Amino acid sequence: MILRLAFASLMARALTVAMTILAIALSVALFLGVEKVRTGAKASFADTISGTDLIVGARSGSVQLLLYSVFRIGNATNNMTWESYRDIEARPDVDWIVPVSLGDSHRQFRVMGTTTAFFDRYKYRSGQSLSIRDGQVMDDLFDTVIGADVAETLGYETGDPIVVAHGLASFIEHDYQPFRVSGILAKTGTPVDRTVIVSLKAIEAIHVDWQSGVKIPGQSTPVDVIRQLDLEPQAVTAALIGVKSRLQVFGLQRAINEYQQEPLLAILPGVALQELWQIVGIAETALIAVSGMVVVTALIGMMATIFASLNERRREMAIFRAMGARPRTITGLLVLEAALMAALGAVIGLALLYVGLAIAQPVVDRAFGLWLPVEAPTLREFSVLAGVVCAGVIVSMVPAVRAYRMSLADGMMVRI
Amino acid sequence: MTTESPILEMHDVRYRWPGRTSFGLEIPVFRIAAGETVLLLGESGSGKSTLLSLICGTVTPASGSVSVAGTDIATLSAGQRDSFRAEQIGLIFQQFNLLPYASVLDNILLPLRFAPMRRNRLASPHQAAADLCDDLGLPAHTVRARAGTLSVGQQQRVAAARALIGAPPLIVADEPTSALDAATQTTFLELLFAQARAHNSTLLMVSHDARLADQFDRVAEMSDVVTARRAAA
Repeated sequence: MILRLAFASLMARALTVAMTILAIALSVALFLGVEKVRTGAKASFADTISGTDLIVGARSGSVQLLLYSVFRIGNATNNMTWESYRDIEARPDVDWIVPVSLGDSHRQFRVMGTTTAFFDRYKYRSGQSLSIRDGQVMDDLFDTVIGADVAETLGYETGDPIVVAHGLASFIEHDYQPFRVSGILAKTGTPVDRTVIVSLKAIEAIHVDWQSGVKIPGQSTPVDVIRQLDLEPQAVTAALIGVKSRLQVFGLQRAINEYQQEPLLAILPGVALQELWQIVGIAETALIAVSGMVVVTALIGMMATIFASLNERRREMAIFRAMGARPRTITGLLVLEAALMAALGAVIGLALLYVGLAIAQPVVDRAFGLWLPVEAPTLREFSVLAGVVCAGVIVSMVPAVRAYRMSLADGMMVRI
Repeated sequence: MTTESPILEMHDVRYRWPGRTSFGLEIPVFRIAAGETVLLLGESGSGKSTLLSLICGTVTPASGSVSVAGTDIATLSAGQRDSFRAEQIGLIFQQFNLLPYASVLDNILLPLRFAPMRRNRLASPHQAAADLCDDLGLPAHTVRARAGTLSVGQQQRVAAARALIGAPPLIVADEPTSALDAATQTTFLELLFAQARAHNSTLLMVSHDARLADQFDRVAEMSDVVTARRAAA
């Protein structure tokens, strides 16, 4: 009965209570949303590369190498020579090696030169392989396979011609060597979706008339002639390596890091990711703290609402007292009311989160390549919700103690 | 029918509001026999509210004894006084008597929530509440209505039903008719008397309206019962 009366009392102040609940709900949705984006981003990053034991590039920072080679974020400061690449490839402990050559772009998307082994060796999300949605892998020198987002954003279909630009955000195009879309990859939720993949030889082919990053004036070798040239690359940006036995990973890593002919860096993708989390950890904490403060603010708002209602509810409290309710029952009623508001706010917040996720999921994926999974709430999320209700109860103690004192002083005689 | 055993007995009661030195009251003797209907007449500021608070145990006297149904409530702890009040006393206020957002039924049943003995006296509290509404002339459908939607007269009847449910030995009414028009006043009082008798409850009503006097077994003037002291103590 007391629960029913507390609920009826809330309903009698529906507008104020609804506003308070909405504030709590929005803050909870924001807090959980930040959590979802944070864990989604982490999972998305962690899912991007799987099955690769080492990544090798020119000596720089391990996080930098991971970011540019796998996530296409930032640029390589240097390349590794083809000789070094071949040396590593020839090592007995190396099972497979896939070169990655970056530096050019098509519109807003990066172009990656590699071999067809990339399509077999690159794995994501616990060992899933890439699959061709439409067409086939590169067959001709000027064939390209494009990621799902490239095709969707630019409206490309197999057979369409595309022209690669030199460098990033550049107006100089390799327009004498147009490519043809030979295949479109299925969506992966990784940076591959936003990559234009060409053969390693194609990267060399479009740079035939270039020297030291600058086009040689007046020179434009015909495509037919290019096809006849020896297009072995001189350098690659990085390489993905799989070892024959996991036990050999550290030995190979050390050997590459101590490679005498060229300063190279070999990293374990998982370890580099951990380093990345450590770097972004501070920002993450700040983000959580800010969204946590929003929840606290909403709960303080609820406390203010309860405080504001105390005076107009002195008669109600006096009636309870006259009927034999103890002051602590009055206190309990207010705490119960706060718990109800906080619980409703938490549940509505959770619902808002899922509605928001359902709406934002495709938009965020398209805009940022971040896949936010719509999954059942985790134990952590449930504990956040329970925490909000507990915090609501604690915060309500302040007006509840005031109500206790008021009801002791007023007794059952209030003349308003 | 009245009996001689007192339901309320106050002796040498002295009370002063905490923090106030300028106002206090003394009650040398005040007795009400079980089954009696008593009208206590007094003007505003004569200490009626303080007297009722003392009887109901929401305040305790500095000295003297306040006995309700044979129990000196000054000897009870605060929590025990609250339970005792719920069990022994049915209260009706002047107005704003009910929880406006709750149903009539919940309002009537509210004291039983804090008074298990009163509740146990009833085979079916819901039926008892419906019967009281019927006896007090409230239409059957009002039981489910929100109290705030009723007229003032109807609300006072609901308040009477709430005071009477479970037949507490003492009904205390604080100016219950002051918000009612003359015709409604008479009907309300007739119903209240009839129900108080039917439930063997004693009725103490506080009012400033002397015209009601001839309907009660006994009339007491506040000035005869209470000595209010306004000078600095």
